[in-house]
Amino acid sequence: MFQTVLLSLTEGFGKTLEIFVLTLLGAVPLGLLIAFGSMSRFRILGWPVKLVIWIVRGTPLMLQLLIIYYGPGLILGNNWWGSGASGRFTAAIIAFIFNYACYFSEIYRGGIEGVPRGQREAGQVLGMTNTQIFFRVTLLQVVKRIIPPMGNEVITLVKDTSLARVISVYEIIWNGQAFIKSQGLIWPLFFTGLFYLLFSGALTLLLGWVEKKLDYFKV
Amino acid sequence: MALLQVQELRKSFDGLQVLKGVSFEMNQGETVSIIGPSGGGKTTLLRCLNFLEIPSGGRIAVGGETLFDAENRRGLTEKEIRQNRLHFGLVFQSFNLFPQYTALGNVSLAPRLRAKERPDYKARHKELGEEIEARSVDLLKRVGLGDKLNYYPHQLSGGQQQRVAIARALALTPDVLFFDEPTSALDPELTGEVLNVIRQLAAAKMTMVVVTHEMSFAAAVSDKVLFIDGGVIAEEGPPEQVLRNPLEERTRQFLRGYEK
Ligand SMILES: Nc1ncnc2c1ncn2[C@@H]1O[C@H](COP(=O)(O)OP(=O)(O)O)[C@@H](O)[C@H]1O
Ligand SMILES: [Mg+2]
Repeated sequence: MFQTVLLSLTEGFGKTLEIFVLTLLGAVPLGLLIAFGSMSRFRILGWPVKLVIWIVRGTPLMLQLLIIYYGPGLILGNNWWGSGASGRFTAAIIAFIFNYACYFSEIYRGGIEGVPRGQREAGQVLGMTNTQIFFRVTLLQVVKRIIPPMGNEVITLVKDTSLARVISVYEIIWNGQAFIKSQGLIWPLFFTGLFYLLFSGALTLLLGWVEKKLDYFKV
Repeated sequence: MALLQVQELRKSFDGLQVLKGVSFEMNQGETVSIIGPSGGGKTTLLRCLNFLEIPSGGRIAVGGETLFDAENRRGLTEKEIRQNRLHFGLVFQSFNLFPQYTALGNVSLAPRLRAKERPDYKARHKELGEEIEARSVDLLKRVGLGDKLNYYPHQLSGGQQQRVAIARALALTPDVLFFDEPTSALDPELTGEVLNVIRQLAAAKMTMVVVTHEMSFAAAVSDKVLFIDGGVIAEEGPPEQVLRNPLEERTRQFLRGYEK
């Protein structure tokens, strides 16, 4: 029995990891784009972007998952996602990426705006180009500033992946819960917690290491 | 011919006129001090001359080459602005060192980036890098920080940081070096070391414009003093005149505030 459970949970955790990794791969760069959009001097771009961020951050991710998955079929009468597991998974990833990109964008914005104006100006009077200033002066200071809040979001994402079960993506909790119905076993569900703890523990260590690496200077 | 010529320089911020036509000239090797009450436009003048602000009117020329002329409707491109800035250096009140670089890194960063634009960079990058490093070390020694090359800004005192900032500004061999109240952010016991460095530069005939509230320093170091008040040069002349026997009542009134 233990082996069956372990196998099933490991498989579910694979899905969890997939959601986690794909969300980060998508949301980290998309968040930067959204951040630049929200900081745009052109209000015609800035305002709509800010509105979208407000909506995404102000509503539950679970609701967004449901709307993104069922919306096309029920509102547009055309289910883009198809009916299979891969369609549900794609819809979930898109919802996650979009949601997390909005959170990340606010962190980026804070990080970028937190770099004192004098840093930029010091680069300018030294004849540096805007690109040089961004990559040689600003970027590392922004990274240092955003590591702690980004770390919090990443740890939250580990746990948020479980929301994907609402549109029947077979991640680890889904698989764990299945044993209640089929075998009347509750312990597999507790066991899923161990996976989360180990994974978020490892991430915490990694983030601490990165923070320490950037400890050589102060901003 | 004067090295720096500033004619009728104007700057407004959303209708608020901050510089109302500032004109002055200075020769190679001169040190000009600028004094005046807070809000008079001293910082704005320096920021305009370094193209951190684009003036609303007037003309700026260096060595006879016009860098900026408001009459020229075309305006400046990013690239021209950058070229113009290389004629000048600016030392900020708040140092603005790059925190993630050591003292040496702060001084050598801009020269390294400049070197990349040279046509012979590919062939000689190693040699060029070594030259820049050696020069940067020299500059830091010159400001008395030869033993702090590998310190990060947060490991240095304010006075030391400001001296690194001076070395950093010198690294690109500007034609004119501007200082905006270089000691105002420092504890009194640290101002001396920074003023001494500026004194040395003056003795070495660096062309400099120093905005300062240190009147005895200004008297000792300047060839000329400008008193700026309300966006105009209210009085200018040799330090003996402006600081000791001002012709204008406004100057007298301002200086009274500095008497003990
Ligand atoms: N970016 C800006 N926008 C609006 N007003 C400004 C700006 N920069 C400076 N000013 C105004 O210009 C005036 C002169 O400021 P400043 O040049 O800093 O004077 P000083 O350096 O002589 O104290 C002040 O009234 C200040 O509020
Ligand atoms: Mg000022």
